[in-house]
Amino acid sequence: MYVYADNAATTSLSPKALEAMMPYFTETYGNASSLHSPGQRAAEALQAAREAVAAAINADFKEIYFTGGGSEADNQAIISGAMAGARKGKKHIISTAFEHHAVLHTLNKLEKEGFEVTLLPVHENGVVTVEDVAAAIRPDTALVTIMFVNNEIGTIQPIAEIAALCHEKGVLMHTDAVQAVGHIPVDVQALGVDMLSMAAHKFHGPKGVGALYARRGVPLVNVIEGGQQERGKRGGTENIPGIVGMAAAIGEATADLPAHMAYVTGLREKLIEGLSKIPHSRLNGDRDKRVPGTVNFCFEGIEGEGLLLWLDQKGVAASSGSACTSGSLDPSHVLLALGIPHEIAHGSLRLSIDVLNTPEEIDHILKVVPEVVDYLRAMSPVWDELERGLTPHLI
Amino acid sequence: MNTRRADAAPRALVAMSGGVDSSVAALLMAREGYECVGVTMKLWDGHVGPDSRTCCCADDAADARAAAYRLGMPYYVMNMTEDFDRQVIRPFAAEYEAGRTPNPCVECNRCMKFTRLWDKCLPLGCDVMATGHYARTERSADGRWLLKKAVSPDKDQSYVLYMLSQAELGRTRFPLGALAKSQVRALAEERGLLNARKRESQDICFVPDGDYAAFLRRYTGRDYPPGDFVDGAGNVLGRHGGIVGYTIGQRRGLGVAAGRPLYVRRKDVAANTVVLGENRELFSRRLTANNINLIPTDRLDGTIRCRARVRYNQKEQPAAVTQTGPDELEVIFDEPQRAIAPGQAVVLYDGDLVLGGGTICRTEDM
Repeated sequence: MYVYADNAATTSLSPKALEAMMPYFTETYGNASSLHSPGQRAAEALQAAREAVAAAINADFKEIYFTGGGSEADNQAIISGAMAGARKGKKHIISTAFEHHAVLHTLNKLEKEGFEVTLLPVHENGVVTVEDVAAAIRPDTALVTIMFVNNEIGTIQPIAEIAALCHEKGVLMHTDAVQAVGHIPVDVQALGVDMLSMAAHKFHGPKGVGALYARRGVPLVNVIEGGQQERGKRGGTENIPGIVGMAAAIGEATADLPAHMAYVTGLREKLIEGLSKIPHSRLNGDRDKRVPGTVNFCFEGIEGEGLLLWLDQKGVAASSGSACTSGSLDPSHVLLALGIPHEIAHGSLRLSIDVLNTPEEIDHILKVVPEVVDYLRAMSPVWDELERGLTPHLI
Repeated sequence: MNTRRADAAPRALVAMSGGVDSSVAALLMAREGYECVGVTMKLWDGHVGPDSRTCCCADDAADARAAAYRLGMPYYVMNMTEDFDRQVIRPFAAEYEAGRTPNPCVECNRCMKFTRLWDKCLPLGCDVMATGHYARTERSADGRWLLKKAVSPDKDQSYVLYMLSQAELGRTRFPLGALAKSQVRALAEERGLLNARKRESQDICFVPDGDYAAFLRRYTGRDYPPGDFVDGAGNVLGRHGGIVGYTIGQRRGLGVAAGRPLYVRRKDVAANTVVLGENRELFSRRLTANNINLIPTDRLDGTIRCRARVRYNQKEQPAAVTQTGPDELEVIFDEPQRAIAPGQAVVLYDGDLVLGGGTICRTEDM
């Protein structure tokens, strides 16, 4: 049995999305900007997709800008918010210490351009508080950008409350909802955010396509200059097959969302219960304020890299932190932001399951993870020191 | 925890640097019937200019990945930056500060490549490890693993491998050991592996510009204050710019006008002085080494005659060697040797055979 439990890294393409995409590679291949009928067919598909994506998050289709993925949407949202603020002399941005690097690195770049960035703490439970945001907002705050669901530990942030606060203070609010859309209800009206990023491949859509929701009236700045595509806000011929696939996938992911959430939550609870039995382990992030499918554990005395390699051999695809940073296994900035010591943050495991996983697969995970942890601890000098009392257990 | 079938093809872990040599090593292992897995150690995070030549930066991993792809092998990058810092860079800095001349490539082979990397890759289920070093292994009649020089003398890298234990030698393969560089290049060309950038640097990967003093200042955050250049009798000859900036045997860049050529003889860390002398004063006949490893035997009985190298590219010199303790060798050269630097490795040879070696801890004139 081989279990794919890394859905927060990426998901399989849904067969329905694939089927929807296929004609746009070979039959309806026109450029949506062309005048002729093949172009018209492409433009129609683009419009239908835009409406479907908008409907899935309760937005207007004119508020959806397709991008080359979640990172691009994050870049564009943050740069737009920063520039809008700068025009009014506001050059302060608030975010959190455990954002995705698409956000953190964009903020770094803006800092070099003279913006000031405040990164809020996320506390031991991995949830930022509205009070923290309120305390950080200043008269010159241009933008608050806080992720909806953390990609490594799955905790949900109080976005609606933060957005309400921001509006009261006249500050733009962006949320990176890449790990939320398709997994929990996302309604931009109810949330009240000004901008929201999403990526198709996190909900069984194709890779290389995403979207930025920008409420009407939010002035977007181009990240990619070019033609008049996306109402002049994102140059480059539209990736029609990808966009059509995204629309099909988001429709499918949001159609039965309550039932899917209940099912995945059931599997997750079983996972947490089973993994918690491993001695000197801990669940990272708030026990309850979390997305259905993501579970992140630390196991003392072992390294994430060895754990992942063994799990792969034993039939479990998992990750240690986010796929964007692994390959490098520096201890995750997310776990460090939670105050987890360096030594422990090394031994972390992220399992992200979704509606395609079965109860038998969860049983398989719960069989092999303890075996591998035991084995790695038996050969770990660090564990040996812990067991002999030379260094104290931290969990 | 073995997850492989008993009848599966033998599997080789190939340590790949991105260069031609390790790519061809992978090719040769595959031809021998091994199922190969490529792996690159990510050893440090540093910014490296486009012209610098080092052994382990991100471009190298990209080259290694491309070679593995071409050869149809799975490929992994192992992040070992923390181990490398603890086991190699930090001791390097401490040794250098103590006035010695450490060889971090030897330490990397001792602590990382043939040991830690192997352990980390256990889940990949490999039976042997292969590298692109030019050296050979052989099994003696009594079952002992032997290390020998490469067939091609100008490429021989056995000097940096003398520390391999019996267990490590037994599981290690050097498929290039019997080949000439031209043969390796021909094989690479044949399989489209020449895209890998040509790199044969002996530079230390984490000091790509070779400026150790600047590296140490950056790494330790310490300042190395100026002090005196002195002669053997303690007479002040001038001012030096910080003790870490000088190497034993160095002549250039001293800025001392004495009317005769002067060289760095020693560094006295406690007094913060650099002792200069004339060329003839750099020669010593006797050295003591510790941190030793012996290959054909567990220990040396009596005094043996052999040849020895005290630096990577040195021509071997005849010497008499005695094991003077469980972890100590004494080497007496027939002829005095120039600029033997404590911290470097002394490696002993009997013809092609590597007898072992150790880290030079002190030298004496006789």
